[in-house]
Amino acid sequence: MFDYDKWQEIFETIRKHKLRTFLTALGVWWGIFMLVILMGAGSGLENGVVGMFGSHARNAMYVWTQRTTKPYAGLPAGRFNQLTDGDIQAIEDRFGDMIEYMSPRMFVPSGEITHGDYKGSFSVRGECPEFVHIDAIVLEEGRFINPLDMDQRRKKVVIGRRVQEVLFPDEEPIGEYLQINGAEYQVVGIFRSDSSDEEEVQDVEETIFMSLATAQQVNNRPGEVNWFVCTINPKYQVAEVEEGIKDVIRERHKIHPDDPQGVRSNNVEEEFKEIMGLFTGIRILVWVVGIGSLLAGVIGVGNVMLIIVKERTKEIGIRKALGATPRSIISMILLESVFLTFIAGYLGLLASTGIVALLKIATGDGGAFFMNPQVNPGVAIGAMFILILAGALTGLVPAIQAANIEPVKALKDE
Amino acid sequence: MIKLENIRKSYTTGFNTLEVLKGIDLEIRDGEFVSIMGSSGSGKSTLLNILGILDNYDSGNYYLGDILVKNLSQTQAAKLRNQHLGFVFQSFNLLTFKSAWENVALPLYYQKIPRNERKDRALKYLERVGLLEWADHLPTQLSGGQQQRVAIARSLITQPRMILADEPTGALDSTTSHSIMKLFTDVNAEGITVVCVTHEHDIAEMTQRIIYLKDGMIEPESQRADAN
Ligand SMILES: Nc1ncnc2c1ncn2[C@@H]1O[C@H](COP(=O)(O)OP(=O)(O)OP(=O)(O)O)[C@@H](O)[C@H]1O
Ligand SMILES: [Mg+2]
Repeated sequence: MFDYDKWQEIFETIRKHKLRTFLTALGVWWGIFMLVILMGAGSGLENGVVGMFGSHARNAMYVWTQRTTKPYAGLPAGRFNQLTDGDIQAIEDRFGDMIEYMSPRMFVPSGEITHGDYKGSFSVRGECPEFVHIDAIVLEEGRFINPLDMDQRRKKVVIGRRVQEVLFPDEEPIGEYLQINGAEYQVVGIFRSDSSDEEEVQDVEETIFMSLATAQQVNNRPGEVNWFVCTINPKYQVAEVEEGIKDVIRERHKIHPDDPQGVRSNNVEEEFKEIMGLFTGIRILVWVVGIGSLLAGVIGVGNVMLIIVKERTKEIGIRKALGATPRSIISMILLESVFLTFIAGYLGLLASTGIVALLKIATGDGGAFFMNPQVNPGVAIGAMFILILAGALTGLVPAIQAANIEPVKALKDE
Repeated sequence: MIKLENIRKSYTTGFNTLEVLKGIDLEIRDGEFVSIMGSSGSGKSTLLNILGILDNYDSGNYYLGDILVKNLSQTQAAKLRNQHLGFVFQSFNLLTFKSAWENVALPLYYQKIPRNERKDRALKYLERVGLLEWADHLPTQLSGGQQQRVAIARSLITQPRMILADEPTGALDSTTSHSIMKLFTDVNAEGITVVCVTHEHDIAEMTQRIIYLKDGMIEPESQRADAN
């Protein structure tokens, strides 16, 4: 039941001992403040870094070839092995059921690209239809490269948003044509990047995609591939397949199995795992430091309550002489400490979530490395609950001590 | 009627045991106004604290009316103090952060009386001791005599059967002392028993009966007369 008088007594004591109350509350306030700020910062960092990946497939690997550094099967070192459609086909034959998407690509060297009076230089690549599922790109309008573009080597392109801005500043680009190396290509789609890394976004959105087959034709390099990216079925780890895929290329091109240079790869999954591992570490650190400072705050309250009880010996003696029962003294001290920890914790929570919210507004979705700091509401409520419990527990010792003060001794106390 | 039978009380500090009360037999009738005198360290405060159930005694019996006050729990003792006894101390013992009326009203808080009624009754008793205008002042804003009046109002507010005062005038000048004693006389005239420890003869003379303590015993009046 809500005992108005008891609370009145507590408010009065608190109101009339502002400094003492303030010092008591500060520890708890600071503890929960630190915990929440650290949590917010940790999540901001994590969201920032994860955001840089955008919708890029986590289970991807990139593969390319470099000059060999070891002689093998009678062939000298220093050979360059061009990847081919045949290699891709062989890999798909061998690992078809483990590969989710396969997307070989080829660069198209290009001069200035124009549309009417507008021009700009952008990178041009031949890609496969599957690429849209792998990279951190999102189709904004129209469509992506399709199998028909591949089969018929159609001169159709999908352009990044920056390309649209430069070449089609006041015109709907879909269906329009642009000129690459003197040839006309029809725009069929516009895409953007959903990475949070601005540099990456700029690079990607300044790109023009045509079908790989078209690129091979206009480059006059039929069957050749610069490099490829593929994703692995979620049932498997990329690392399980990585060497097998590279072995196919090594066998087909007679590259020494131990040559570190001949075939290279980049395992996105491992990279992502490493980063996430780092964040697990950061999260543990946040919890250890946060809980630590929270604990220090709560113990501080207990300590101050002990001092308060010492300081209030006389008062408690007077109250007892006037008829205060041990129970009423215990509930007075206990309620006071719970109330203090609760209010201080709540204010700390408000202040810190406020700051995290401000940080969120300040950094927004744009900045790389730090973005969208969040505080898990469950954790915040849990922390409050723990605080109340801790307030009660730490208040208990001084409360019992206060209740056991002998009135005669307390009254003698000067 | 208050009755003490062969009350003994000793304090042990380290290896030494100090017998302070060595068998006190005492009766105080309802409505009596008595003073306790004796040299310093003779056990006056000890006796008063036992009467006030603020302290335990080692052996004997203490009857507060029909109630045998013996081996009580802290809670029982608190209830008895609250219902039957009022206290006035040499150093006033007011709560410094509470106003005059809040101090006076405090005993009623432990009787779970609502705040409004507490305030009404506190103001009534402050008026009774002539301090109504000072109701909202803090103790530090009051003179010693005024503080003691507040303390007396506080001791009266529960309408106790007995008021116990330990050197209530010890910290006051003689004029103020006499006005305080006048207040006790008025209170006593309403039928409340008053027991007052003092070492000033003129103060003791204002009471109906003087009890002399010496070497932990009550001096019989005959011997006292011889001594004079
Ligand atoms: N808590 C205690 N522990 C040990 N000794 C005590 C305690 N309280 C009182 N005494 C001793 O008991 C004796 C009586 O003390 P008491 O306070 O009753 O004396 P008093 O008659 O009130 O003296 P005064 O006139 O100085 O107030 C003193 O010798 C005192 O030192
Ligand atoms: Mg004394």
